[in-house]
Amino acid sequence: MSRRVDVPVTATLLLCTLAVLVPLYVTVTMAFKTGEQAVDGNAFSLPSPATFDALAEAWRLTSFPRAFTVSVLVTLVSVVGTVILSSAASYAVARNWDRRLFRWSFFYLLGAMFLPFPVLALSQVRLTGLVGLDNPAGVAILHVMFQLSFSTLLYTAFLRSLPAELEESARLDGATTWQVFWRLVFPLLAPMSATVGIFAFLASWNDFMMPSMITADPALQTLPVVQNIFQSQFSSNYDVAFASYLMAMAPAIVVYLFTQRWVMSGVTQGAVK
Amino acid sequence: MAIHAAPAASRTAAAPATGAAARPARRRRVDATYYLFLLPTVALFTLAITLPAVMGVVYSFTDSIGFGEYRFIGLTNYAVLFTDPAILSSYGFTVGFALVTVLVVNVVAFLLAIGLAARIPARAALRTVFVLPMVVSGIVIAYVFSFLFSTALPRFGSALGLEALQTSLLANPDLAWTAIVVVTAWQAVPSALLVYTAGIMSIPDEVYEAASIDGASGWRQLRTITLPLLAGYVLINVVIGFKNFLNAYDVIVGLTDGGPGTATRSVAMTIFSGFQGGDYAYQMANATIFFLIALVLALLQLRLTRGRVAVR
Repeated sequence: MSRRVDVPVTATLLLCTLAVLVPLYVTVTMAFKTGEQAVDGNAFSLPSPATFDALAEAWRLTSFPRAFTVSVLVTLVSVVGTVILSSAASYAVARNWDRRLFRWSFFYLLGAMFLPFPVLALSQVRLTGLVGLDNPAGVAILHVMFQLSFSTLLYTAFLRSLPAELEESARLDGATTWQVFWRLVFPLLAPMSATVGIFAFLASWNDFMMPSMITADPALQTLPVVQNIFQSQFSSNYDVAFASYLMAMAPAIVVYLFTQRWVMSGVTQGAVK
Repeated sequence: MAIHAAPAASRTAAAPATGAAARPARRRRVDATYYLFLLPTVALFTLAITLPAVMGVVYSFTDSIGFGEYRFIGLTNYAVLFTDPAILSSYGFTVGFALVTVLVVNVVAFLLAIGLAARIPARAALRTVFVLPMVVSGIVIAYVFSFLFSTALPRFGSALGLEALQTSLLANPDLAWTAIVVVTAWQAVPSALLVYTAGIMSIPDEVYEAASIDGASGWRQLRTITLPLLAGYVLINVVIGFKNFLNAYDVIVGLTDGGPGTATRSVAMTIFSGFQGGDYAYQMANATIFFLIALVLALLQLRLTRGRVAVR
């Protein structure tokens, strides 16, 4: 069998990458243009001269440090909360599968799969308002709750594949259930936690629907939501708008480039088998 | 951190039938820690997900406007719902959009997966690029495309003298939906591509080698081996994709905000309109119908994936 490179396929694929790269190219180049060049109509030109003015202006207009901090905190709580709550719940379920309470709780948690946010939004907005959670804390809690079904499924499948002997011998050495989980099982779950954590990160960091509906105070909005000022107030400042879009999407892209192995395996674990 | 896996494992031989396995007849006591691990999460879930769901169904039988007094009015909201042109058109748009997007996403993802499985250089780098759109925020990339469709493309069209490109796609009530399909597909192709890639890798090389020896061409191998063996993966991608596209919101807000007029208003957008105009209970009924549709699709998905779900 020949090991030659398939030239037509390679050329076609390279051409297809343009569909991904051109919008990103436009975002990056626009971000470094002057206001004057940004409105000249040629979206595909390189910045000349290149300037950081638009980035500085976007930083100021969106109160970037504040929006970034809110986004980071919401995402952090969402990732840590998802990993801890779903791994501990999955452990309890997987080790007590013979008990009805645990089995039924598992299927109950899967129920969120049937409930996309639009279905619950009207009541959730009202309830979070009533209990004083119409803020980023409420958004983070809801993010964790909506991630539960997917994460619990992944964790329980993985836990069933762990040999029971490890835990039994730790118990013989006098370890309590609490110790067995945190010292022995949780570290063994690390690869699964990476996948679960990255999906919680992406869902939380990129979410627009929930924070825009739940958070009442505009000053506490996340990065994706604050971008709307460029649709209304500053709709012709293309350079500033794109500088702001770039700053909003860059963190997720950077995380992806370093963790793509888990991102890719997470999709297939979720869908296949 | 005193527990290490290796020595613990070596000791298992010394711990034979003394555990719970030795007396299966008696019900073992459940350690309280297990309840601590599970029940607070279940309680929180009940408050955050189940309670709003029940509340939504209850309110859908009332005439509540979101505050103040209300009465139960039976199925009136549902009866009105099925004859409301605004609701019917939002379902028409959403279902049509979801069907077209499923088709586009799966054709593109399938072809890319086949291409990535061919003899090509820099396979990993190409895959990195093709999967990247999955991690970009929907609303932000929709704003970027909104600029491309409304400003960059028309000027490009003028420069080339192409009349069809000269007006903004987003301002055309008959064609604005195509822009939404393009951007949604841009984001959704990666996960479908990864599922197809896993499917292609599950087909043993020997099958293709045998086919080559029998003189089957590349096209014929694709048609008679790859495609039939991937049928299950196609089904999974179609059901998952369709279910997700029904929830379309971010991309539409970023591109058209439901316009021009109400030409691209999705079901999610009509539900959210329940916050204004006294339609609170009415849109709760809409959400309940929408939930029933999602439920049927989720059950179908569970059957197809034998108990597993996918993220997006």
